[in-house]
Amino acid sequence: MNYHWNWGIFWDASPEGGGTYADMLVSGLRITLAVSVLAWVIALGMGSAVGVLRSLPNPWLRRLANTYIELLRNVPLLVQLFLWYFVLPEVVPEAWGDWLKSLRDAPFYTAVIGLGLFMSARVAVQIATGIAALPRGQMAAGLALGFTLPQTYRYVILPNAFRVVLPPLTSETINTIKNSSVALTIGLAELTARARAIQEFSFQVFEAFTAATLIYLAINTIATVLMRLLERRMRVPGYGAK
Amino acid sequence: MTDTIIALEHVDKWYGPSFQVLKDCTLAVPKGEVVVVCGPSGSGKSTLIKCVNALEPFQKGEIVVDGIRLHEKGVNLPKLRARVGMVFQHFELFPHLSVLENLDLAQIKVLGRGKQAARAKSVALLQRVELSAHADKFPGQLSGGQQQRVAIARALAMDPVVMLFDEPTSALDPEMVSEVLDVMVQLAQEGMTMMVVTHEMGFARKVAHRVVFMDRGEIVVDARKDAFFGDVGNERAKQFLSKILQH
Ligand SMILES: Nc1ncnc2c1ncn2[C@@H]1O[C@H](COP(=O)(O)OP(=O)(O)OP(=O)(O)O)[C@@H](O)[C@H]1O
Ligand SMILES: [Mg+2]
Repeated sequence: MNYHWNWGIFWDASPEGGGTYADMLVSGLRITLAVSVLAWVIALGMGSAVGVLRSLPNPWLRRLANTYIELLRNVPLLVQLFLWYFVLPEVVPEAWGDWLKSLRDAPFYTAVIGLGLFMSARVAVQIATGIAALPRGQMAAGLALGFTLPQTYRYVILPNAFRVVLPPLTSETINTIKNSSVALTIGLAELTARARAIQEFSFQVFEAFTAATLIYLAINTIATVLMRLLERRMRVPGYGAK
Repeated sequence: MTDTIIALEHVDKWYGPSFQVLKDCTLAVPKGEVVVVCGPSGSGKSTLIKCVNALEPFQKGEIVVDGIRLHEKGVNLPKLRARVGMVFQHFELFPHLSVLENLDLAQIKVLGRGKQAARAKSVALLQRVELSAHADKFPGQLSGGQQQRVAIARALAMDPVVMLFDEPTSALDPEMVSEVLDVMVQLAQEGMTMMVVTHEMGFARKVAHRVVFMDRGEIVVDARKDAFFGDVGNERAKQFLSKILQH
C-alpha cells in the first residue's frame, strides 16, 4: 500500500481557513455533544411522559402511547431525519415551509428534535417496562395514603421505576451519542462529518477516522462512567440488584 | 348517625361482566369498634376492604365513610383516603425512602404539614412501634415484622379516623406475627376504629367487638364476638372455624 502516514496533519492549517484540522475536529465534537445532550433531554422528557401514559389504566391513552412508540421505533432514524428535514417543509402551509427552509441552523434543530423523538420511543419502552416491574401494591399504597394519581407517580412509581431502568438507560445514552452521526446526511457539521471533510481536503483518511473513533470512544466512556456514578448514588441499601 | 365510621349498604360488585365478587354486602363499623373479617380464600375480603377506601369501584349500593358517600358526585377521593389508614399484606413500604422518610412523605405532601412537625410525629410513632433504632434504615434492610410495624406507623402518621388491615400478618414468618399483633392490640385498646381481615382468631378473641364471616362474596355471619365464638349458628362458618382453629 502506498499510503503516506502523516499524524502531524492535525496541526496543519485547514483550507477552510481560520484554524487547523484539529480545530475542525473540535468544532465537530462540540456539535456532536450539543446535539446529543439536547436530544437526550427530549428523549428523557418525552420518553417518561409516553412511558407513563402506556402504564395508565385508560385504554385510549395506552393506545396513543403505543402508536407513538411503534411509529418512531419502526422507521429508521435516517428516514425520520429526511422526513423532518426535506419532507416536512413541503407538506406544511407554504409560509411555514419557507420559514423552516430559511432557518440558518435547520440541520441542527432537525437533528436535535429528530434524534430526540427517535430515542424517546426507546426510553418510553424502558420506563413503561420499569413501571410494570414494580409490585402492584405500590400504587395502591400511594393512593391509600391520600396521594393523587399524579403524586403517586411523582413520589412513588417514577423514583422506583427510574432506579430499575437506569442500567438500560445507560446504553440508550450511548446510542444517542452514536446516532447523532446520522445527522451528517442532512448537512450537520458534527464529528463524523468533520472527519470526512478532513479526508476530502487532505486524503489522510486513516488519521481522520482514527481520531474520530478515539473521540467517540472517549465521550462514550465518560458517559458510561457518569451513568455508573449516578447508579451508585441512587442505589438504596437492601433494594434492587447487588 | 355520625357515630358510624364505615357503613356498607347493599354493596354489589362485579369483576368484568359476569363475575359477581360482592353480593349485597351490608355492614356497619361504629366508632371505636374493632371488626374482624374472616372467610375462605377468594371469598371477597380484600375486595370488600379495598372498596371501603375506594381503591376498587363498586357498581351498586353505597358506602359511607366518616359521613362521606363514595358514590356521590365530586367526592374528593384522595382527601377521603388520607383519613383512612390502610395496612397491606405485603407492607408496601416505599423501597427508595428511609423508614423516617416513608413516614414523613404523605404528611408533608398530602396533609401539608411542615417538615419539622412531620418529622416529630414520625419519630414519636417509630418509638411507639419500637423501631427508633431503625429510623434511618431502608425497608429492604428490615425484617418482615419490622416492615409491617413501619407500615402501621406510616398509616397512623396521617391521624386516620379508621384503620383498615388486609391480612397484615399472613406474609410473615410465624415468629414475627406476634410483634405485629401486639401493636394492633395496643391500637385497639386505645380505642382506634379498626376493620381487620385476618385469620388470627387469638387477636379476634382478645380485641374484636364483632366478627364477620364472608363466603363467596356474601356476608354470611355478622355477630358479636361472644356469640360468634360461642355458637356461630352457620354451618359453613363452623367448618371454616374448626379448620383454622386447628392450626
Ligand atoms: N382485579 C381482579 N379482577 C378479576 N377478579 C379478581 C380481581 N381481584 C380479585 N378477583 C377475584 O375475586 C375474588 C375475591 O378476591 P379477594 O382477593 O377479594 O378474595 P379474598 O377473600 O381476599 O381472598 P384471600 O384470602 O385469598 O386474600 C377471587 O375469586 C379473585 O380471584
Ligand atoms: Mg385477600
